[in-house]
Amino acid sequence: MSTVSAVEIRGLTKRFGDVAAVDAVTLDIRAGEFFSLLGPSGCGKTTLLRMIGGFELPTAGSIRIHGEDVTRTAPYGRPVNMVFQHYALFPHLSVGENVAFGMRYHGVPRGDEPRRVAAALALVQLTGYESRRPDQLSGGQRQRVALARALALEPEVLLLDEPLGALDQKLRKEVQVQLKQLQRSLGITFVFVTHDQEEALTMSDRIAVMNRGRVEQLDEAARVFERPATEFVATFMGASNFFDVFVRGGDAASVSIELPGGAAARLPREGREWNAGERLRFVVRPEKLDLRTHDLSTRGVPSVPVTVEDRVYQGVGTVWLVRGPGGEAFSVYEQNERPDEGARFAAGARAFLCFRTRDAILLSTAGDR
Amino acid sequence: MRRDRAGVLLALPTWATLGVFFLLPLAILFVVSFARRDTYGGLKPIGDLGAYLASGKFLEHYARSLHPIYLKIFWRSLWMAVVTTLVCLVVSFPAAYYIAVVARARRRPLLLGLVVVPFWTSFLIRTYAWMFILRTEGLVNHALLAAGLVHRPLELLYNDFAVLIGLIYGELPFMILPLYASLEKLDRSLLEASADLGAPRAATLRRVTVPMTMPGIVAGIVLVFVPSLGQFIVSDLLGGAKTILAGNLIQNQFAIARNKPFGAAVAFELTAAVLLLLWAYARYTRRRGEDVLL
Repeated sequence: MSTVSAVEIRGLTKRFGDVAAVDAVTLDIRAGEFFSLLGPSGCGKTTLLRMIGGFELPTAGSIRIHGEDVTRTAPYGRPVNMVFQHYALFPHLSVGENVAFGMRYHGVPRGDEPRRVAAALALVQLTGYESRRPDQLSGGQRQRVALARALALEPEVLLLDEPLGALDQKLRKEVQVQLKQLQRSLGITFVFVTHDQEEALTMSDRIAVMNRGRVEQLDEAARVFERPATEFVATFMGASNFFDVFVRGGDAASVSIELPGGAAARLPREGREWNAGERLRFVVRPEKLDLRTHDLSTRGVPSVPVTVEDRVYQGVGTVWLVRGPGGEAFSVYEQNERPDEGARFAAGARAFLCFRTRDAILLSTAGDR
Repeated sequence: MRRDRAGVLLALPTWATLGVFFLLPLAILFVVSFARRDTYGGLKPIGDLGAYLASGKFLEHYARSLHPIYLKIFWRSLWMAVVTTLVCLVVSFPAAYYIAVVARARRRPLLLGLVVVPFWTSFLIRTYAWMFILRTEGLVNHALLAAGLVHRPLELLYNDFAVLIGLIYGELPFMILPLYASLEKLDRSLLEASADLGAPRAATLRRVTVPMTMPGIVAGIVLVFVPSLGQFIVSDLLGGAKTILAGNLIQNQFAIARNKPFGAAVAFELTAAVLLLLWAYARYTRRRGEDVLL
């Protein structure tokens, strides 16, 4: 993957009335990467994508695509194509006519159209579907026609606005893998909008997590998951166990803290200076927590005394809902390795929450930014 | 079973109204169109029905309506209705497009209200108003004289031009409303997809907007063309004596010439033509409907 920028976004802002849907976003999308805009509904990810496509004009800021300023260029003048959320196939045209629709504007000779249409349909495994009508197709097939229609024009950047949202779970998983393979073999830059963190992780090279019109974190997919930079990102990526602790002191490599319940622990410092008495917040993913009957502090394993409240059986795993000494809510995910033998802990039982220090993710708290 | 009976009961008022106020008069008209007229404008009793039918005289009014002088009137009605429909279509499409697609959603009720507001005034009065606008001492001529654009008032009234103005003015809302209804339903993302695929605005209009709103266009054409064909108030007031349309011809037979059978025959011919048109329209929509369902 080269590090040439396919899309350069600088200070991009879009206001609807008083609300900034996209608020001074600056980011670079590299040529040939699978880039995801991830966030909850209303975070501005779709508005950002629509500005790249030319369907919304920014209030401020600029967009460059392969070096060319397209901030105010009409959609039909941009070297990008979009796969719309509900596909936006032309219902009055056949599949073949849909795929051929834009070719005449891209200098494809009329005689070449059938061949190019067939090639695009082959790409999405719909060979021979030219004469079908969109309403004769299943949701998954329509999604593939929309993809073929956009790819047939060989765009430099392909924009995808939650294209899998209307598909059922099983089909979604299949299409995610196919889409990623397609992107890799074509080498086209994909900009993918989704609210599904798992989907983003499955497909993306890099992910920008958005919240309230801003990018909270832009990182490699695995880093966004394993090292969320903010509380919002951590929560959104499913890491819901927050620990608020006081700093006791520190040295070159670690920071020593007092855990809820009074036990001491040392966490990696992560390049920050910590002063005694300062508040620190860290998060541990549910699957990285361990629920034990005994306190492991003496063996150097951070342990927090908790009370078991409930148990949620989920088939593959079990989630324990527990409360810390200060009333903090934690959830612990456990793989169900043996046939279900009933609860290890009864409701109200005392237990200890243990974790490895390397699984504690230090967060920059809201006050730091 | 119960549903069927409920359906029949619900349709009953409609059928009763249609029967009493439409089908029954039509039947009377149909019978009258084969009758004979007496000296005073009434209907002459027919003594021997068999002999009357055998003589072929019952078709004399239909035969008369094929006389070149009447064919000329039909022809004039036809092309005026066609021109009215075309002008309405060309004027209404941008207006409906603006209201349905361009204007902000909360301004739409106001704009639609402006389209409908002329209906608060009687059509007759609004047509009279056009006389005040178009006559030699009217608004338009005053303005043109005052601006020094003309030195003598233009003859704007009592000609085909005035009749067309009146027809177009009167029928315009009947074109705007169905166009609005179908444009409003048009999925915006289709327009965006077209632009995204490289189509300039004109191409999007031609390849997406117009084909997708064809049912509204056809409905508007029918709604404008049919009444234009039978109009007589506009041509009566704005056309003077020179512009006679099929509508005037029928009205004259009943009100002035007192030839009810001939009026009935012409009216029936016109009705038949319109029904034929509506049948074609129904066929068109049904075919489209099947397309959508398949």
